[in-house]
Amino acid sequence: MSQKKANIAAGRLSAVEYADNFTDLHAPLDDHQALIEADRCYFCDGAPCTTACPTGIDIPMFIRQISTGNPKGAAATILRDNIMGGMCARVCPTETLCEEVCVRNDAENKPVKIGQLQRFATDKLFTAGAQIFSKGVDTGKRVAVVGGGPAGLSCAHALARQGHAVTVIEAHDKLGGLNEYGIASYKTVDNFAQHETDYILGVGGITVELGKRLGDDVTLGQLRSDYDAVFLGLGLGAVNALSLEGEDLSGVLDAVAYIAELRQAKDLAKLPVGRCIVVIGGGMTAIDIAVQTKRLGAEDVTLVYRRGREHMKASAYEQELAQTSGVRIKYSAKPVRLIGEGRHVRAVEFEYTQPSAKGERFVLEADMVFKAIGQKFVAGPVTGGNDVLELEDGRVAVDNSRRTSLPDVWAGGDCIAGGQDLTVAGVEDGKVAAAAIDRFLRGGAE
Amino acid sequence: MADICSEFLGIRSPNPFWLASAPPTDKEYNVVRAFRAGWGGVVWKTLGEDPPIVNINGPRYGAIYGGDRRLLGFNNVELISDRPLDLNLREIKQVKRDWPDRAIVVSLMVPCEEAAWKRILPLVEDTGADGIELNFGCPHGMSERGMGSAVGQVPEYVEMVARWCKQHTRMPVIVKLTPNITDVRFPARAAKQGGADAVSLINTINSIMAIDLDRMAPSPHTDGKGTHGGFCGPAVKPIALNMVAEIARDPETQGLPISAIGGITTWRDAVEFMALGAGNVQVCTAAMAYGFRIVEDMVEGLKNWMDEKSYARLDDFVGLAVPNVTNWQYLNLNYVVKARIDQDACIKCGRCYVACEDTSHQAISNAKDGHRHFEVIDAECVGCNLCASVCPVENCITMEPMTGGTDPRTGQPVVKGYANWTTHPNNPNRVAAE
Ligand SMILES: Cc1cc2nc3c(=O)[nH]c(=O)nc-3n(C[C@H](O)[C@H](O)[C@H](O)COP(=O)(O)OP(=O)(O)OC[C@H]3O[C@@H](n4cnc5c(N)ncnc54)[C@H](O)[C@@H]3O)c2cc1C
Ligand SMILES: Cc1cc2nc3c(=O)[nH]c(=O)nc-3n(C[C@H](O)[C@H](O)[C@H](O)COP(=O)(O)O)c2cc1C
Ligand code: SF4
Repeated sequence: MSQKKANIAAGRLSAVEYADNFTDLHAPLDDHQALIEADRCYFCDGAPCTTACPTGIDIPMFIRQISTGNPKGAAATILRDNIMGGMCARVCPTETLCEEVCVRNDAENKPVKIGQLQRFATDKLFTAGAQIFSKGVDTGKRVAVVGGGPAGLSCAHALARQGHAVTVIEAHDKLGGLNEYGIASYKTVDNFAQHETDYILGVGGITVELGKRLGDDVTLGQLRSDYDAVFLGLGLGAVNALSLEGEDLSGVLDAVAYIAELRQAKDLAKLPVGRCIVVIGGGMTAIDIAVQTKRLGAEDVTLVYRRGREHMKASAYEQELAQTSGVRIKYSAKPVRLIGEGRHVRAVEFEYTQPSAKGERFVLEADMVFKAIGQKFVAGPVTGGNDVLELEDGRVAVDNSRRTSLPDVWAGGDCIAGGQDLTVAGVEDGKVAAAAIDRFLRGGAE
Repeated sequence: MADICSEFLGIRSPNPFWLASAPPTDKEYNVVRAFRAGWGGVVWKTLGEDPPIVNINGPRYGAIYGGDRRLLGFNNVELISDRPLDLNLREIKQVKRDWPDRAIVVSLMVPCEEAAWKRILPLVEDTGADGIELNFGCPHGMSERGMGSAVGQVPEYVEMVARWCKQHTRMPVIVKLTPNITDVRFPARAAKQGGADAVSLINTINSIMAIDLDRMAPSPHTDGKGTHGGFCGPAVKPIALNMVAEIARDPETQGLPISAIGGITTWRDAVEFMALGAGNVQVCTAAMAYGFRIVEDMVEGLKNWMDEKSYARLDDFVGLAVPNVTNWQYLNLNYVVKARIDQDACIKCGRCYVACEDTSHQAISNAKDGHRHFEVIDAECVGCNLCASVCPVENCITMEPMTGGTDPRTGQPVVKGYANWTTHPNNPNRVAAE
């Protein structure tokens, strides 16, 4: 391998190229396209798509409402079950959720574009600026929601509709969680996450405290004494390490942190990116970092996954998206060593894992190496003091109503055990927990 | 290969597909293009007396759509030809001279006075046209002036005008009937009585297509007001089929030649009308929606179907379905069917289930071993065909006749043979079964 300096640079592309590369992945349907697509829905009885949606949106009904010229009704149908129906329409892996079970797959191998229709309906409502929710009659009860991601905001919204006074406590200086800092930028263009957050807060009755961190600025014990109930939507605050030689070299980066930087960048042309990129991992984050660095102008992007294609957590659709974006995916290889030159990474050495080539090694040149092998829960804030939550597999243990081991504390989203780690799952957790909290606060049976 | 040459009232055309009297046949330019495309004949857009009528300058058409914005029907408030009579006559003469093998029938509408008809008939004869069609059908504009459907709705007038025309011309006379009437057999009988050589039907049906909810006015509108117009296109085909059948099987008009019109869009539609006794067919909406080229497939499709069925000539199948149209009281009550769902074809949408469950006989189950699975419960199924009608997959649900045993719904044995309402014990007016 030749001696060379790491090639990391900003401004690899023209302004037009940046704009093209980070525009909407799927252009929104126009009125005509939406009508044609809506006509394809059979209005199934006991529709499989609704069953497959983690939030149980009445999909045939909202599609029928689009086709009858009632897009506001369609949006209401969606948002009643899923207050982040707009974001979910953009980021849900529909190919493994609602669209996977559409009966049109049996009929002609082509599901109704449910996600696109959902976006159409919700966009119409947001564009019209119509607020369809209002806060409920004041119950005099106060609830603290920690974490302003999908789980927290969904819970806060549902509680406000029931008339409880909600305070959202968020460590960052913006709400939205990974909607704002994590989701691939071409899935949520035009600052959609903040528009959606504004819409959610528009219900009224929600106070927001930004820049306040549970564990540092306030303890769980304090919240429990100051509020009638607490909901935790903390997400996953840390990432898994490779635990390999050379991991501390510069240029070896956490994918989630880099994506957060990308999402917040005012000018993508100022964001430095390597010429040769190696991504290690097999989930949504791995795909997203690979595709986005490629779109930032990296020349060579290789995603290396430890097992076979069929095991990859990213769906076949996501893998294809990466490949058509010019990302090379190598399956069945694990990293064994990060090779540096001075203080900077220069290459990664891999070993094949499939039996036929077991033990064989290869080296990939890299100016930047991204770790995307999973995130993990930071338990300190909920296990540190006197108020200790039970954990399960390193995350918060909850029952069906998302109640934790403490009777007045609920939790949801990525931070709980047994979840799907999807936006839509967080929204559902928040909604389910809110219903349970409401019953609890009204003194009803659990 | 099948011969699809048509002879209707002695008028020959290379195929039985004529364009109906309407905008497609309003002038030489259109008709020549139609003939080039392969249409067998035309009924020229209705001529009236000079000075020509005037059309509104607002919209003339409204539409109703199915899924995918597929046109199901039009309505229109256009009147008869708004061009000078002489210009139309000159063009007709020219086209007939240039296209001698194609049929040209001229549609006429003049006031309900013998002198008016007597004046115009020789002018038409002079063009060399093959025949005339009396427009007794227009449901708007002309009817208010005592013409069009105002004549067609009064059998006595129909008979009278038909008689005048037969007296004053040697050309074959076709009477075009309006569907805006309770029983179409009466004007058909009147036409025959008056000596008409044939009837053609249907003209358009009175209709309002939609209401614009912002203007609170019919849509389309002219300066905020709308009026009823004539409905046509695929949506009216079932109505037209019935009216054709009524005339074909009426003992008083049996054998009266029929030129069928109403929603004909494909060769198959045409064959259906001909099976009900029509000698040829006329098309308007389909051509207006898709252009003249559709006749290519009509010709091809008809020939291929005839070859497949071994019909050599049109006459071999015309009228074959007429004997199988009957009245309700003669339907066989011993014929018992049950719905069957083809599990391999079923896509599990559940539409059959909810239709039968909510609105009919609770005869479909929706689960088996905890899975979505749709199956007919014979003990409840009345064989109504609702489930098959709403199923999105063709031939997935079929109605299978029971050939013996006991109908699990009624507990009655399924018997062979024929029994109808006229002899049924529940019928207070029953006659003894022979
Ligand atoms: C790169 C990436 C791409 C993804 N792409 C998709 C996708 O395309 N589709 C999809 O469905 N899912 C995707 N996901 C997953 C999805 O983003 C998460 O499942 C979802 O955001 C979880 O919501 P949450 O509310 O549980 O957590 P988060 O969204 O992580 O929100 C947690 C919030 O809590 C705050 N917080 C944390 N600790 C504290 C504290 N101690 N005190 C106060 N506030 C705190 C955080 O600042 C944050 O705002 C992706 C995830 C990543 C990382
Ligand atoms: C299967 C069926 C049976 C009907 N039976 C009757 C009836 O017994 N009496 C009646 O007045 N109308 C009857 N109708 C007509 C309906 O009441 C209604 O006028 C017609 O279907 C038009 O309305 P719609 O197309 O909006 O449903 C029947 C309609 C259907 C489809
Ligand atoms: S035929 Fe009628 S009664 Fe029988 S299953 Fe179908 S819908 Fe129900």
